[in-house]
Parts: sequence; structure tokens; C-alpha cells
Amino acid sequence: MYPEGEAALLNPSVEAPLQTDESALVAKAQAGDAQAFTELMHRYERKIFRLGKNITQNTEDAEDVLQETFLKAYEHLEGFQGHSRFYTWIVRIAVNEALMKLRKRKGDRVVSLDEPVDTGEETVKREVAVWEGNPEDQYSQQELQAILDEAIEGLKPDFRTVFTLRDIEELSTEETAEAMGISVPAVKSRLLRARLALREKLTRKFKRKEENVLGYL
Amino acid sequence: MVTCKQFLQELNDFLDPSIDPDTKLHLERHVNECPNCFVILDTTKKTLAVYKGCEPQAVPEGIRVRLWAAIERKMAARKLGQS
Repeated sequence: MYPEGEAALLNPSVEAPLQTDESALVAKAQAGDAQAFTELMHRYERKIFRLGKNITQNTEDAEDVLQETFLKAYEHLEGFQGHSRFYTWIVRIAVNEALMKLRKRKGDRVVSLDEPVDTGEETVKREVAVWEGNPEDQYSQQELQAILDEAIEGLKPDFRTVFTLRDIEELSTEETAEAMGISVPAVKSRLLRARLALREKLTRKFKRKEENVLGYL
Repeated sequence: MVTCKQFLQELNDFLDPSIDPDTKLHLERHVNECPNCFVILDTTKKTLAVYKGCEPQAVPEGIRVRLWAAIERKMAARKLGQS
């Protein structure tokens, strides 16, 4: 179905034993071992594709993000100094690619770094309701994923980028700030707004019908 | 005395395991006495948990094929340049 080399790249486990030590793999890849590079990329292809999709909200853009990220990683691998985790390095490339995609699109408003955090009383009162059990038990994985994707899609680009990096890809606040080229306080304020906005969206979906706060007691 | 607004502003710190113990205590007192903030804290935790619990889905096969074909070409071009 595929040319011989391509098939090996698509399914590296058939061709190469699983290697667990990432720094050893990086060193091998930097020394020109193509198989070590492909194994590294296979570890992260799902995550980078998800990251691209979450930020750009577009499958074609996410494909471009994934491809450009891996090609640039290959091209600049020798420049990776090991000062940060390899994954963080890859994510930084992916975020740059995804943000470039967003900037090329018209109509996406970039939120000012100085925009205040909206945590006033109005937000508190908006949707205070307990959830009806555990969403994982009530929805299929596919249904749940669609609900979560829709909620993220409704966020402003900067907010969904911060949330994706911090709470889905589990980068630190500092790593997120570095990847996005913004300050640590800016990451924190956007993350708070993103978390609260998603909480509201999901609460509207998952809330107990009678909205009874005493359901906790 | 911590207000609801202050609690929400500190929510990220409260969810951070490295929070200063004194700050945590102040915030805990509020959340234990305020049903609204208790619900917001609980549903925020659940929001994070449900996102973290979702494994990334497989990259569609067509996209993978194009991706690895592009990488293959890049690798071949490098080999050619080195020889």
C-alpha cells in the first residue's frame, strides 16, 4: 500500500523496538538516526494534532500545523540544546505554527494582554449548579469529546491556547508563557478566564435538572 | 474575610498544589461557608478533570500518510545533500 520507507515510518513499532528513554532517542536523532526521530514524532503526533485543532479550530490547519511542526523539528533538531523538555520544544514550534495560522485568518480578535480578569459577582451568579453525576458515565467517548470540543471552540483564541497548553498538554505556567511569547501574569489571567468560561459552558450541559445546590449535602 | 470575588480571583492558586498554606487556609474557610463558591470550585475541578481524562484521538489515516510522506521526502533530500 505504501512505499517501503513510508510504511516503516507510519508503523515504526514493526521496524524498531520501543525505546523509552527520550533523551537517548533525541541524542540518536541528532546524530542522524532517522528511526529515532520517527519514534519521537510518533510519541507526539496525536498530541500535536489535537493541539493544532484546539487552537486553530480547523482540521486542515491542524494538519498543516502537524506537518510543519515535524518538518521544522527535523530541520532544526541539531539546534535543540536540551535546556527544556523535548516535548516543550516541539510544542513551542507547534504553537508558533498554529498562531501563525490564526493571524492569517481575518476576524480573529487577539485579546489585549491588559484585559482585566472578569471575576465579578455577575460571573459567580451566572451558572451555579451541581452536575448530574459523572459525564464520563453518561456520554460515549465520542459524544463527550464533541461536547468538550464545542466548549473550547467558543473560547477566544488566546484563551483556548492557554487552556490547551496548561490544562490539556500540562505545560507549566512558565513554559506556556514562553511558548506563547506572553508574560506569566498574562498566562494566569487568561487561564482563569478560560477555566471559568469552560466551567460555565459545561455546567449548562451537565447540570442537574432541578439545579439544586443542596444536592451536595 | 475573603469575598466571593476574591475567592474567584484566587481560584487558580487554590487549584495549584504549591499554594502557600496560609492562603489555602483562608480560601478554604470561605469555600466551606459559601455554597456558591463550593459549587464553582467543585465544577471547575470537574471541568479540568474531564478535559484531562480525554486521551488524544488518533490522527486520521489520510493525514498520517501525507505527514509521513512529507517527512520521508525531507529525510531523502537530506541524505541526498549529504552524499
